[in-house]
Amino acid sequence: MKYFPLIWSNLKRKKVRTSLTILSVLVAFVLFGFLSSIKQALTGGVQMAGADRLVVRHKVSIIQLLPESYKARMERIPGVVIATHQTWFGGVYQDPKNFFMQCPVIPEEFLDISPEIILPPDQRKAWVNTRTGAIVGRKTAEKFHWKIGDKIPIQSSIWSQANGSHTWEFDLVGIFDGKEKGTDTTPLFFRYDFFDEGRGGGSYGKGMVGWYTIKIKDPSKAAEVALLVDKEFENSDAETKTEPEGAFVQAWASQIGNIALMVGAILGAVFFTILLVAGNTMSQAVRERAGELGVLKAIGFTNAQVVAFVLVESCLLSLLGGGLGLGLAWLVISRGDPTGGLLPFFFFPVRDVLIGVGLALALGLATGIFPALQTLRLRVADALRRM
Amino acid sequence: MNWFSQITAITRFGMMSIPQRRGSAMATVIGIAGVVAVFVSVLSMAAGFKRAMTVSSPPDSAIVLRSGADSEMVSGFSREQTQLIADAPGVRRTDKGPLSSAELFVIINLPKRTTGTDANVPLRGVEAPALLVRDNLKITKGRMFDWGKDEVIVGDGAVQEFSGLEVGSTIKVGRYSWPVVGIFTANGSVDESEIWTDAKVLQAAYHRGDSFQSVRARLTSPDDFQKFKDFLTTNPQLTVKASRQAEYYADQSEAMTRLITTLGFSIAFLMAIGAVFGALNTMYSTVAARTREIATLRALGFGSGAVVVSLMIESLMLALIGGAAGAGLAYFAFNGYHTSTMNFQSFSQVAFAFRVTPQLLGQGLSWALAIGLIGGLLPAIRAARLPIASALREL
Repeated sequence: MKYFPLIWSNLKRKKVRTSLTILSVLVAFVLFGFLSSIKQALTGGVQMAGADRLVVRHKVSIIQLLPESYKARMERIPGVVIATHQTWFGGVYQDPKNFFMQCPVIPEEFLDISPEIILPPDQRKAWVNTRTGAIVGRKTAEKFHWKIGDKIPIQSSIWSQANGSHTWEFDLVGIFDGKEKGTDTTPLFFRYDFFDEGRGGGSYGKGMVGWYTIKIKDPSKAAEVALLVDKEFENSDAETKTEPEGAFVQAWASQIGNIALMVGAILGAVFFTILLVAGNTMSQAVRERAGELGVLKAIGFTNAQVVAFVLVESCLLSLLGGGLGLGLAWLVISRGDPTGGLLPFFFFPVRDVLIGVGLALALGLATGIFPALQTLRLRVADALRRM
Repeated sequence: MNWFSQITAITRFGMMSIPQRRGSAMATVIGIAGVVAVFVSVLSMAAGFKRAMTVSSPPDSAIVLRSGADSEMVSGFSREQTQLIADAPGVRRTDKGPLSSAELFVIINLPKRTTGTDANVPLRGVEAPALLVRDNLKITKGRMFDWGKDEVIVGDGAVQEFSGLEVGSTIKVGRYSWPVVGIFTANGSVDESEIWTDAKVLQAAYHRGDSFQSVRARLTSPDDFQKFKDFLTTNPQLTVKASRQAEYYADQSEAMTRLITTLGFSIAFLMAIGAVFGALNTMYSTVAARTREIATLRALGFGSGAVVVSLMIESLMLALIGGAAGAGLAYFAFNGYHTSTMNFQSFSQVAFAFRVTPQLLGQGLSWALAIGLIGGLLPAIRAARLPIASALREL
């Protein structure tokens, strides 16, 4: 620690160069923060998925509906605690650009199976008592300035009412929060009984639902239960495909593309570049100071100490840049989703912040190691002559 | 000595001394190459997606959906309605009848080759004029399916992206098994992401009665679209929305293209800032290393303008080399690279190929030059302002 002032004044010697290097490291870490959050936004649902939940959908594709009567049959299967369903409503509020998910659900069952949704008890009661009632997540409520008691008209592109109208009006009875940071608080949920009675347009879809969510007793038996469910409906008109919620979300995310790979490739390019820039700065610094380092060695500093000076300096440089960059990224990201709704899970996960700090340290070591090794080859006599 | 030859002389000295500073020069070059490579490859993804979505829509083609439906997925027509649309004025006719195809659009789950996870692959039921309503549709392997038979043909993009679609394999849809009898190409367009069969076969398999989801028509000329549209929207028997096919697909691709473009630009912008710092560093140390040389030249009567210009030339040269390397890397690594993504409007996969266009390469090089310009300017000015007497003394 007592050598810290020496290292510090070395950093201060070429202020322009030091600040430019810190700034380029900073930019790399701002990018790191952004890309981690985007990756989180696109794939984060996987970590939020409940381990004790299975998703059952039509085997052919998710757009095919399943009979509502499957519920009772699923609940008779050993290991299944409860089966409840959701249906894609495909609606928009006022403008097609205002996209968020809406689903008709059975309120009590849905809330019981989704502990990540936090709804005050009085609002829960109000929902159970109001047939036209709907609850919405905090994010969407704030986006459109909705208050409890508002009437919310939603136009569905899929479902029309008996009178042919595609507009459905709901009474907002509750606003829910997420239990964790990553919980999606953009959807709107309304009551299935209201939906099923209301939907008209011939016989299309009556008594049919989109997909089921099953809660199981023992998460370690997920695969067996899934198999039993699919077996139950084998050779019927609507065969099913059952998988753990995590796998379902994972498959959904990989439909967008191989996000992890893309983010990895871009970050690889960024860090390789910054490694060169910062590494170059460090080796310049060491080359310029060859004489001084020689003096240090001449007055009795060991090789190891000189190597440590260089390494600590490079780590300091990259930790300063990295820390500032991560901080800046944190500030910008906490202001929310830059795309205005396309990325509901946009936040900077703590895990990635820690990875960032580790990366900064690794970058410091990697940029410092070659210049540091150069000092080993430095012979005192040669170095002193350069003074 | 005139100004121009002064510049040439100083620039030549600079170039000759680059090998002595190769470490820092390389750092600049690679830094800029990184920016350009990331910029060009991310944006080539957007360009490829957009091309796939819009390339096969001739200007005289139209698509009709139920009013209020934003994609085929949620649209619906009865046979009578599709016939009214086919008979509308403006639709081109041949001796076999109007060039209009009433179509069904559903999705089926097939595993993606890259991840093995289920993806929503579009399955389309078409009528005979479908091949004439679109441009450039060709069977490249096997044969066309027989009308009325349980057979499918598959687009080349889908074959590359999803497992189990080669000629001779069978796809299972519920209780039906349909053999793949042919592969078609459509100039790399979105049609190539699809599986096609006879609309009647698909109606039966999906219990759809005699209903359809969209009608595609070829018009007598692009100018007749308004006539066609007016007829349909004023007909009390129909509540439909008619669009030019090109506009319909452009709308569908807009959100995704915008997302990728915004991301590409923001990432490249941030990286460019980093690269500017790197370039500044390099040029400042160049100036520092050449202080005595520059001061000597100034003392001999070289102008400060010439010093600035020649240092700028050096910086721009390095930037250009970096830019070209990055653009080349992006081109060779990604041009034509096949992948697929989700079209959120239709809930289905679109296979497409990255496209590194000449415009993108040009944009990438301009980014590189801009970085070189900004990175070179301040150090060059500093060099020009060095007090000659003290700089000469510097070692």
